[in-house]
Amino acid sequence: MITMALWFAMAAYGAALLMNLHRILKGPGVGDRILALDTMVINFIALIVLYGIAVGSSLYFEASVVIAMVGFISTVAYARFILRGNIIE
Amino acid sequence: MPLILIAALPFLGALLPGVMIKAGRNACAWTTASVTLAALVGLLVHAPKVLAGEVIHYRLDWMPVVGLNANFFLDGLGFLFALMILGIGLLIIIYARFYLGRQDPMGPFYTYLLLFQGAMVGIVLSDNVLLLLVFWELTSLSSFLLIGYWKHLPEGRQGARMALAVTGTGGLALIGGMIILGQIAGSYDLSVILTQKEAIQASPLYLPALILILIGAFTKSAQFPFHFWLPHAMAAPTPVSAYLHSATMVKAGLFLMARLWPVLAGTDAWFVIVATTGLVTMVLGATIALFKDDLKALLAFSTVSHLGLITMLLGFGTPFAAVAAVFHIINHATFKAALFMTAGIVDHEAHTRDIKRLGGLRHLMPITFVIALLASLSMAGIPFLNGFLSKEMMLEEVARTRLGIPLLLPLVVIVAAALSAAYSFRYLGHVFFGDEREDYPQTPHDPGFGLWGPPAFLVALVVLIGLFPAAIAGPLVAASAGAVTGGDLPYYSLKIWHGFTPALLMSVLAVMGGLMLLLFHYPLDKRWIATRRPEAKVIFDTVVALCVQVSRRITDVLHPGSMTRYTAIFAITVLIASAVAWNSSTLAAPGRELLPVGMVGVIGWILIVVSTGILVVYHRNRLLSLILLGVTGTIVSISFIYFSAPDLAMTQIAVEVVSIILLLLALNFLPKSTPAEGGVERHLRDVIIAGAMGIGAMILTLAIQQSDFSQPTISAYYLENAKTLAGGYNVVNVILVDFRGFDTYGEIIVLGIAALVIYALTEQLLGGRVGRKLADRPHDPTLSGDLHPMMMVVATRVMMPLALMVGVFIFLRGHNAPGGGFVAGLVVAIAILMQFMASGYDWAIARQRFTYHGIIGLGVIAAILTGVASWLFGAPFLTGAFAYYKLPLIEEFELSSAMAFDLGVFLCVVGAVMLALESLSRLARRKDDRTRTHPMDIDPSRTEDEPRPVPPGTAPAEAH
Repeated sequence: MITMALWFAMAAYGAALLMNLHRILKGPGVGDRILALDTMVINFIALIVLYGIAVGSSLYFEASVVIAMVGFISTVAYARFILRGNIIE
Repeated sequence: MPLILIAALPFLGALLPGVMIKAGRNACAWTTASVTLAALVGLLVHAPKVLAGEVIHYRLDWMPVVGLNANFFLDGLGFLFALMILGIGLLIIIYARFYLGRQDPMGPFYTYLLLFQGAMVGIVLSDNVLLLLVFWELTSLSSFLLIGYWKHLPEGRQGARMALAVTGTGGLALIGGMIILGQIAGSYDLSVILTQKEAIQASPLYLPALILILIGAFTKSAQFPFHFWLPHAMAAPTPVSAYLHSATMVKAGLFLMARLWPVLAGTDAWFVIVATTGLVTMVLGATIALFKDDLKALLAFSTVSHLGLITMLLGFGTPFAAVAAVFHIINHATFKAALFMTAGIVDHEAHTRDIKRLGGLRHLMPITFVIALLASLSMAGIPFLNGFLSKEMMLEEVARTRLGIPLLLPLVVIVAAALSAAYSFRYLGHVFFGDEREDYPQTPHDPGFGLWGPPAFLVALVVLIGLFPAAIAGPLVAASAGAVTGGDLPYYSLKIWHGFTPALLMSVLAVMGGLMLLLFHYPLDKRWIATRRPEAKVIFDTVVALCVQVSRRITDVLHPGSMTRYTAIFAITVLIASAVAWNSSTLAAPGRELLPVGMVGVIGWILIVVSTGILVVYHRNRLLSLILLGVTGTIVSISFIYFSAPDLAMTQIAVEVVSIILLLLALNFLPKSTPAEGGVERHLRDVIIAGAMGIGAMILTLAIQQSDFSQPTISAYYLENAKTLAGGYNVVNVILVDFRGFDTYGEIIVLGIAALVIYALTEQLLGGRVGRKLADRPHDPTLSGDLHPMMMVVATRVMMPLALMVGVFIFLRGHNAPGGGFVAGLVVAIAILMQFMASGYDWAIARQRFTYHGIIGLGVIAAILTGVASWLFGAPFLTGAFAYYKLPLIEEFELSSAMAFDLGVFLCVVGAVMLALESLSRLARRKDDRTRTHPMDIDPSRTEDEPRPVPPGTAPAEAH
């Protein structure tokens, strides 16, 4: 049962990733693209956790924590760049 | 005094003049003199033993693996040279104190002089040829500084450059020769090499080694055809000329020939090359010297000529000639240094050294006249002065040596001696005798004792050796000549009267000839000026210009500053190299099955292919490129996780974040789009190169995945031993901090240096015109006014302790599970960067208690201390140690020395990342940016009557 659920979830997140890619390519604005990239990172985190459950190792969970913690910083940086040009002021 | 200290004293003392100059010029000069005096006394302590024929050794292993040891030895030859270097050095220091003008900086002068002195002493005392080469190069470098001391004079700079180019090239040849010599002899220790005469002369490599060594010696000692740099080096202040170009540096080549005389001399090749070169140099130098009008140029070419004489004597290869050579080295150093100093006095007093503008100085400068008289008569070879004695010995040897057809050598040498006498007489006759002139730029008179004292002392030696040669110079000559020949000395006697010998006849002929030449100098000079001669400087400049042109051609092709070009060169080189490797070796047959591709894998593949493909299309839009790069980076990190490398993934994602921040900081000042360049052909070319590279990489990857390596990999060793040898389960971390800790040690230092360089460059930029322009640039009104949104501030404030805790966690467990100092450092740096971005630079920097420079330094110190600590246990640098402990309540844990080292890595990474990014962000600061105390645009705790802070860049109308 859990295997099937995992596969289903993975398929769903994989589809989400493709949609993210579509948004990044299509835009239309830079903001859309940045948000799509951020969402993509989140979907990836979900995939890592799922994969960790699938292979039964806690290492993947930790990796996903680190990615979650630092991954959003680049989104912030992109956003600040568009808004203010300078990201540290 | 240990020999190493004698050589080291001048180097250590070189630090003093720069400090002492603050106490005045006298203090500076006396300090310098006392350093040299100390070294001299230290040398003289050894005198009794050395003169008795004993050899003193000092051994210190430095890098025994490569045969480079700080071994010194002192025999008669080394003693003679060290005595000249330190003794004349002392006189020069005194002379220079009074010679240098008020506008000449004295501190640097004495520093350079002491550096040079130390390098020279090092050459003559070295017992290891590699050590000798180090000192040899140091003399080239320090003499460059000394010759170019008057930086404002173009001749000084050009002369210094020429001297460095010529002697430096010779030094390169010498390195080759010495290494061959050491290989033949089986040791780089001179005292061993000197015992291997048969082996060396029988070796097929003898001739190449000889030629290379002689190139080194000839360039240094200004022998034909490398003689041309010496006259141009005369642009140096006279004390430098007197020191370097009479007594010391130019004698280094002679020293080398004398030092290696026991093993190199005695063959036909040695005789032909060295004696002929010496002879040609002697005649050529003397001829040019006679027609030079510049006093120092005259002396320079006369030095060339005398160096040629000594080279010729060494080239004869007989013990008697070696004695004569050593004796002439002593005599030449005394009279030539004195002559240079008198030339300096004339220049100093009369403000000209053009012989055609001088004359009749004997009445105006009687003391200088007496000194110059005695010194130049000695140079001319007049009896009762020391120059006569060694010249007699030289003539005696020439009379019984045959070079080519009989009588050729004696005749040529008589001509050279006559020319030598002629220019010596000219120095006297045209400068000091003759009518007194009225048209001097300044009326000359005798200088103070400080200037004439040192040459007077040398002239006193000239006379004393001339009168009582055996008593004054006898022991020194015997000891040093004994060291040159390396055995019994032939019969010789240092006395004035040997009876009516062929040598005496030749001597008389030479002096008469010299007088005749001077008599007819005027018509000869006219003829000389009218003749066209090859000008060495023009040839040299042409050669240099040609080299520059060729290098520029190559550089313009390979290094034009275009990233595209570099990438193309790199790609093509890699393609060719791998094609060669691919074709010249066999590939193991594919033995492994490829793994099945899962659905997630396909999606990841689609993502990375599409995003990179789109990147190619949209690469002109730089921000979009960065976003697409973010996609690629993320997928790469994720695939690391998929391929079971979670620690790599963590590092990769953290590096991604930091580099995105770095690139965005830079993009702020760059155009937001890349201009279109090149036509269809160029694009086609680029597509082909890039495509070939990509396909090549694919083939390689497939090959690696399907078959095993042809040799066993080292991975197995690490996997087996990580736990048992280093106590860690995380093999990657154990490799970084233990097995290959020394690499990491170097890397963190490089990282720290890179960050400091970025800081220094930013400082430089901000301090200059660019900095003012940046600070004054107008605000862009289209930008958002929301500098520091409250939500961001609060979110990052909450994240901070969490991120730090994760950082500590990753750091602590790094030895046994994915993590370690590097990733932890990045995580912590990102946590701090978060505060910078959210709450502003001022707010964050105000809460920064330690400077980033200090953090980098602490990291390096922690790493060094960890490494050094293993010395206390008698183990090599950075040897690891570990133990497991158990405390109540918590699980068993490990303490290892690698952890302290990892702490160093951690601190270095935090410091370097922060310093680099902070420096870059400072570029964007404007002049009217106010220091902000609030982290947010809106201070939530404000009361109504306080005005709201106005964010810069917003219109004033919005400010209430």
